[in-house]
Amino acid sequence: METALDIKALEVRYGPVRAVRGIDLGVSKAGITALLGANGAGKTSTVMAVAGVVPPLSGTVSIFGQDMTGAAPDAIVRAGVAISPEGRRIFASLTVEENLILAGSATGSIETATERRAALMERFPILGERRRQLAGLLSGGEQQMLAVARALMNEPRLLLMDEPSLGLAPQMVDTIFGILEELKSEGISILLVEQNAALALEVSDHAVVLANGAVAASGHPSDLAGDDVLKSAYLAA
Amino acid sequence: MDVLLQQLINALSLGGIYAMLALGLAIVFSIVRLINFAHGEIMTFGGYGIFLSMAFGLPPLAALTVGIGAALVMALSMERVAFRAMRGADVVSLLITSFAVSEILKVLFQNGISARPVPISFPSSWSGAYQIGGMTIGVAPTVSILVTLISLATLTLVLRRTATGMAMRAAAEDFEMLRMLGVKADRVVAVSFAISGLLAGVAAVIWTAQRGSVDPLMGFFPVLKAFIATVLGGLGSLGGAVQGGFVVGALEVLTQAFLPDSLAPYRDAIVLSAVIAVLLVRPDGLSPTKTGARS
Ligand SMILES: Nc1ncnc2c1ncn2[C@@H]1O[C@H](COP(=O)(O)OP(=O)(O)O)[C@@H](O)[C@H]1O
Ligand SMILES: [Mg+2]
Repeated sequence: METALDIKALEVRYGPVRAVRGIDLGVSKAGITALLGANGAGKTSTVMAVAGVVPPLSGTVSIFGQDMTGAAPDAIVRAGVAISPEGRRIFASLTVEENLILAGSATGSIETATERRAALMERFPILGERRRQLAGLLSGGEQQMLAVARALMNEPRLLLMDEPSLGLAPQMVDTIFGILEELKSEGISILLVEQNAALALEVSDHAVVLANGAVAASGHPSDLAGDDVLKSAYLAA
Repeated sequence: MDVLLQQLINALSLGGIYAMLALGLAIVFSIVRLINFAHGEIMTFGGYGIFLSMAFGLPPLAALTVGIGAALVMALSMERVAFRAMRGADVVSLLITSFAVSEILKVLFQNGISARPVPISFPSSWSGAYQIGGMTIGVAPTVSILVTLISLATLTLVLRRTATGMAMRAAAEDFEMLRMLGVKADRVVAVSFAISGLLAGVAAVIWTAQRGSVDPLMGFFPVLKAFIATVLGGLGSLGGAVQGGFVVGALEVLTQAFLPDSLAPYRDAIVLSAVIAVLLVRPDGLSPTKTGARS
């Protein structure tokens, strides 16, 4: 079966720091893989290597069957990948609408981008209401929605979500996870990095636990839910 | 009154040059994290572009246009040849690279053209003056101020209203994120150098039109002042760079006009002391860049 994302023996280093030490990881088509682990386990480094902004030292990254190891970020976007990064990283000094326009500028025509923008503002009404406001003035939850909407502007087939619930009120967390399941039902494949392991295991169909840059456990979420490896991986930090 | 107005015009016209140079430095810095020490040589190259095209018989206005084009080409070549391979390097490595580029170009100017100033003779009407309400005002400074304001206003419009401008603002805030949206880094960087080159070209035009000569260090000294302006304005802040440029220009003109002759050798020291005093009160400059919004 062709997978959305297939990572093999990935290594990422920052100078002497071995952030990711030869991990294997996959996301099936229209599936959600949860990537779990304590702070500093190497989750974000893995995601950034897939997005093409952190060069992998070795290993391979295949996206929908195509080898994209070390490709430039714009090529990875064109291969169908979008990211809602850790810390959201919306452009605070641009308006909500400008954030979306910018995101749509890399793929497709102006007309389709305008349509998609309108559709996203319907899907996230709060973004429609605030579209002329500076994105930096949005609340944390609204910024997270903007980060997700911005990722959807390029109509991705594979979505990388790094800690989408971090620092959000419980109600907002529910909203974000609701959106996630909707996207999955639309056929978008998702790599989900989450601190909230219980929640992530609930929505995912595959889970990988990292500890110190290596895979400590992987398998079906229900098998991992009560697993000691998961608990110790979180305590390892 | 007459003297005051004239000094005001001098301050605006000199400040405008510093503002454009500082803005060029700030745009590149905000996106590439490069403190481009060779920015002055972009301006000097523009000056030689004017000199050479006049020497080949082009009419003055055409020569000025060629000068701006020359600065643009120099800025883009510099990026392509020297800085692209260094992209992502730390601030110090980039700074040292730009020192090297600056030195190489100065040597080329000295040996290829002349170590001494070469004259450019513009029509005598350009150095004329006109009268308003009994006051005498120079044509060249007036045109300089107008050109500066038009350049700054155009750039503001481009940054605020166009898709390219939007990408530039986003790149200044978080270049890596912009790249993760699929925007090509090379294009954004090239545009930032192009803008800085155009501004340095306009500065070269105004500078040579007022001074009538070009020498290998023509751009070097004004760019030193522009560096001070960018620090004063808050490194990387575009609005701050423009403000800083006008403040440094005003300080320089004021000290020149009103300081007693015995203190003249200390002029630059006095300007710098004033800048340091401002930085003591506002360490991040007049309008620091905002780096919040990341949680
Ligand atoms: N830019 C960087 N430079 C140096 N070390 C880094 C950098 N980013 C992350 N690290 C280190 O790499 C390791 C993995 O970090 P990260 O991938 O962010 O983990 P996680 O997302 O699981 O918290 C940590 O030890 C972290 O300190
Ligand atoms: Mg992380």
